[in-house]
Amino acid sequence: MTPGTVIQEVQAPASAPAPTVAMCRHHFPLLRQWVNGKPLIYLDNAATSQKPQVVIDAMMRYYQEENSNIHRGVHFLSERATEAYEDVRRKVKVFVNAGHEREVIFVRGTTEGINLVAGTHGRTTVRAGDEILVSAMEHHSNIVPWQMLCEERQARLRVIPMNDRGELELEEYARLLNPRTKIVAITHVSNALGTINPVREMIAMAHERGIPVLVDGAQAVPHLAVDVRALDADFYAFSAHKMFGPTGVGILYGKTALLEAMPPYQGGGDMIRSVTFERTIYNDLPHKFEAGTPNIGGAIGLGAAIDYLQQVGINAVQSFEHELLAYATEQVQTIPGLRIIGTAVAKASVLSFVMEGIHPHDIGTILDHEGIAVRTGHHCAQPVMQRFGVPATARASFAFYNTKEEVDALVRALHKVIEVLS
Amino acid sequence: MSSLRELYQEVILDHNRSPRNFRTMEDASRTVEGYNPLCGDHYTVYVKVEDGRIKDVSFTGAGCAISKASASVMSAMMKGKTLEEADVLYRSFHRLVKGEGAEGDAVGKLAAFAGVSEFPARVKCASLAWHTLHSALQEDAGGRVTTE
Repeated sequence: MTPGTVIQEVQAPASAPAPTVAMCRHHFPLLRQWVNGKPLIYLDNAATSQKPQVVIDAMMRYYQEENSNIHRGVHFLSERATEAYEDVRRKVKVFVNAGHEREVIFVRGTTEGINLVAGTHGRTTVRAGDEILVSAMEHHSNIVPWQMLCEERQARLRVIPMNDRGELELEEYARLLNPRTKIVAITHVSNALGTINPVREMIAMAHERGIPVLVDGAQAVPHLAVDVRALDADFYAFSAHKMFGPTGVGILYGKTALLEAMPPYQGGGDMIRSVTFERTIYNDLPHKFEAGTPNIGGAIGLGAAIDYLQQVGINAVQSFEHELLAYATEQVQTIPGLRIIGTAVAKASVLSFVMEGIHPHDIGTILDHEGIAVRTGHHCAQPVMQRFGVPATARASFAFYNTKEEVDALVRALHKVIEVLS
Repeated sequence: MSSLRELYQEVILDHNRSPRNFRTMEDASRTVEGYNPLCGDHYTVYVKVEDGRIKDVSFTGAGCAISKASASVMSAMMKGKTLEEADVLYRSFHRLVKGEGAEGDAVGKLAAFAGVSEFPARVKCASLAWHTLHSALQEDAGGRVTTE
């Protein structure tokens, strides 16, 4: 694909009326099952979302009818697979409003996207004494890659603090930005608290000082409309499996100028233009960052998930989930001794809580017995647990296929937790 | 509900509410930390050994009902045991929570933990303190045990 080629844009979805959201539940075959003699209530969507039939079918069709390696053969199937794969790149471009499809890199998931940036952009720009700024609510995947880089480069990892509601302290953030800061890495939506961070404002603050910003969008893309250009994000990473697509594939968006300046992440096939034993010339974007045969079937599934999400309508999803979270927040507060961890004004789809005298692990087991799947533990965000002085939390996280009736069942089951353990 | 009651038996709930030997020990011969990174359960087990016999066991820390009750029952049962007897009890407990049957002392006093074998995700909770004590009793034990 030569740069500048005009590509037919995927038609913008018509704004779906809200009632369609509640009618989508039957698209998810897994949700029809029973667990421990009760209908499954799946409230672990922040860990991974369920997949609609159209995503499962698209992947199956790919393996049944189109499976072939891409960017290699001249034969019919290879061209078809290549076209299908590159078509998903164009869908992603439209989905997050990237400037060009060369800015859309296929990776294994958010974690690999962040590691890619830390290992390439980070290693070429961070020197001894420099600083990398992350927030207090990051997932381990947006802490550890930077910590590893800091260790290698004798740089310093600094942390934007948050208040007791789980909101980042922007005045402190402004003070932390300084000439030694080489990159800011922040989450768009917190997986442990649900906080929606004001990333647009935070990016603007960093840009005033010429500092690039990476946004971890794993928890944002399934719940709210993301426009990377409106945010002016330099890098934006997310995973397909949290947005109703398959595991093992994700996206790193990066601005062209930054991506072009970065060395390759991994060496191998597809990322080269020519190889001799003396010298290798690297391929152009985006292929420079896609060494080896990628997860083609996964990418096809991601494409189907984007089509699906656009059909449902992300704005309709957002308003439905907002209402569901508000309802759940209100209802769980009727449980004696329950404390919500993460009470930011702007929140998405996550209800983290602790119960007095009851360990989250016991809550998880008893809820499971009622057919309710929640996550218990530290949610790969141990510093968040430390900040709130709890060893772990129980977390109910919602998707648009959840219902108020399921929230009611959760509340009944939480009463049962108290009954069993008292 | 029936299997839930098997897991959260009265004995377990009682030991969770009022754990025995839940204290630090200034003159312990060994102190080892046990940690389950999966759920954040974190205990310190103290043991005093004299003439090849466990004179005292205590623990501090925090975790779920299963892990705390298990630590409490263990501390009560291990007191007075020789190192050999402690080893036998440790192995017996393991067989019990893995659903492989138990023998000797374990059959009676530890019977409450048999229900754990029905909940594979909770076997680590029940075993944490036991692993930690076992490690404390090894000559070359490090200072920290994790379940991972």
